[in-house]
Amino acid sequence: MKHFRSIGLALAATFAVSQAGAQELTGTLKNIKDTGAITLGFRDSSIPFSYLDDNQKPVGFAMDICYKIVDAVKKELNLDKLEVKLNPVTSATRIPLMANGTIDLECGSTTNNAERQKQVAFTNTHFLTASRYVFKKSSGLKSIDDLKGKTVVSTAGTTNIKQLTEANVEKKLGANIIPAKDHAEAFLMVETDRAVAFVMDDILLASLVAGSKAPDDYAVSKDAFSKPEPYGIMLRKDDAPFKKVVDAATAALYTSGEAQKIYDKWFTAKIPPKGLNLNTPISSELKNEFAKPSDSPNPDDYK
Amino acid sequence: MNYNWNWGIFFQPNPMGTGTYLDMLLSGLVLTLETAVLAWIIALITGSIVGVMRTLPSKGAYWFGFCYVEFFRNMPLLVQLFLWFFVLPEILPKAAGLWLKQLPNAPFWTAAIGIGLFMSARVAVQLQAGIGSLPRGQKMAATALGLTTVQGYRYVLLPMAFRIILPPLTSEFLNTIKNTAVAITIGLLELTGQARSMQEFSFQVFEAFTAATILYLLVNAVVVTGMRFLERWVAIPGYITGK
Repeated sequence: MKHFRSIGLALAATFAVSQAGAQELTGTLKNIKDTGAITLGFRDSSIPFSYLDDNQKPVGFAMDICYKIVDAVKKELNLDKLEVKLNPVTSATRIPLMANGTIDLECGSTTNNAERQKQVAFTNTHFLTASRYVFKKSSGLKSIDDLKGKTVVSTAGTTNIKQLTEANVEKKLGANIIPAKDHAEAFLMVETDRAVAFVMDDILLASLVAGSKAPDDYAVSKDAFSKPEPYGIMLRKDDAPFKKVVDAATAALYTSGEAQKIYDKWFTAKIPPKGLNLNTPISSELKNEFAKPSDSPNPDDYK
Repeated sequence: MNYNWNWGIFFQPNPMGTGTYLDMLLSGLVLTLETAVLAWIIALITGSIVGVMRTLPSKGAYWFGFCYVEFFRNMPLLVQLFLWFFVLPEILPKAAGLWLKQLPNAPFWTAAIGIGLFMSARVAVQLQAGIGSLPRGQKMAATALGLTTVQGYRYVLLPMAFRIILPPLTSEFLNTIKNTAVAITIGLLELTGQARSMQEFSFQVFEAFTAATILYLLVNAVVVTGMRFLERWVAIPGYITGK
């Protein structure tokens, strides 16, 4: 018995050495090395972060960042070829698919907060967005106080509806808050006058307005319900070696100024498929974040 | 699976400030039950009227019943709710449409009425089949006793037919409860809606939907047991449905 064990140890030692002295791979990195493939989760309509273009191919700001991460992983593992698989996710499926190993990175517009960090990990923040509201210019709403006693919609299950509810209590607005199933439906409620305002992340509002039938009829409020909150690319929790590679890749991308170019491509120029322009120049908070990349879920850390 | 199970999540406060996550789910359950019960009342009443119409000698009544059933039965419930909620107010005169849109609890009323009408078509077909399964002699006997058509239905045909279709009606009631989940598409935060909210806030997907599943199962078990008692209570010895 003892004999066998020493043979085993010897074998293990030989293996370790034959792996070119690299430390034992674990978790996601090992999986990627074994299968020669990495799987990205994408959203089908999270414009301009991750959505389908006219060829049904996922594109977007978060997708571009993910492809940079893929390059870094490939380099880290010394692979000649790394196959990139794409898997569609929704807000309901992203966690199960991440947990069961179907996707390795989620490239979209997922808010990074402390509660969610109990379940998954996030790499460096790629966008900051605050809760604002969209309204019809004709309704003449100027500030949050103008929402008093009005019907306001937000999307069920979002941090935005939570902030709206809190503001409703704090500022004694007495607004009638209705939840909608998704952003498109919530916007439809404003379009059809069912609600006067839709409270959501300002960037999503900008893209809904740009894509609407009459973009000039709508405006996004100056008043915000929250501090700018971070969006992060999601990965599995407790996988330190993989997170290290991903964090290093995003940090390099953000600090090199390359991220600014990718940002401009998606936020200040025409984007496929319809040639919309979101006209959203980079905010000073995000500029600071790119200079000093951080994966903190705390909005106070991004000033 | 790299999933962080946390069954304690139900007892943690929810971010809406309305108690714990469990409270959130239970408030959804209450809304589910309210919607289902109202929808079921609507389904029973309209379904019975339409079902009877489909068995009347009058051609006009038969055709009305036929069209009604085909209209409500052949369109997915999801589409119907969308039509009632978003499209109907747009085709009404502007003032009426606006009134409808600004009705308090509009999603609740739309869901209850929409699901009620959808289920009424199914109840109508059940009842028609129930009446059709009675021996023809029953109707003739009623006429021979000097009962009018209304009296014939009231005292002879319907009491028999309803007893026969009680078991399938139980499943229709269960379907009504389950169909309320569709109301999430028009913004009604019933049980499924609250489970989804919980998942979005906490990312504890499996716990949220496990709890929702258990709650649905419990409610349906209560309904099934209740209906069994009802069947036994109304049974008449010697008849098809009696012992």
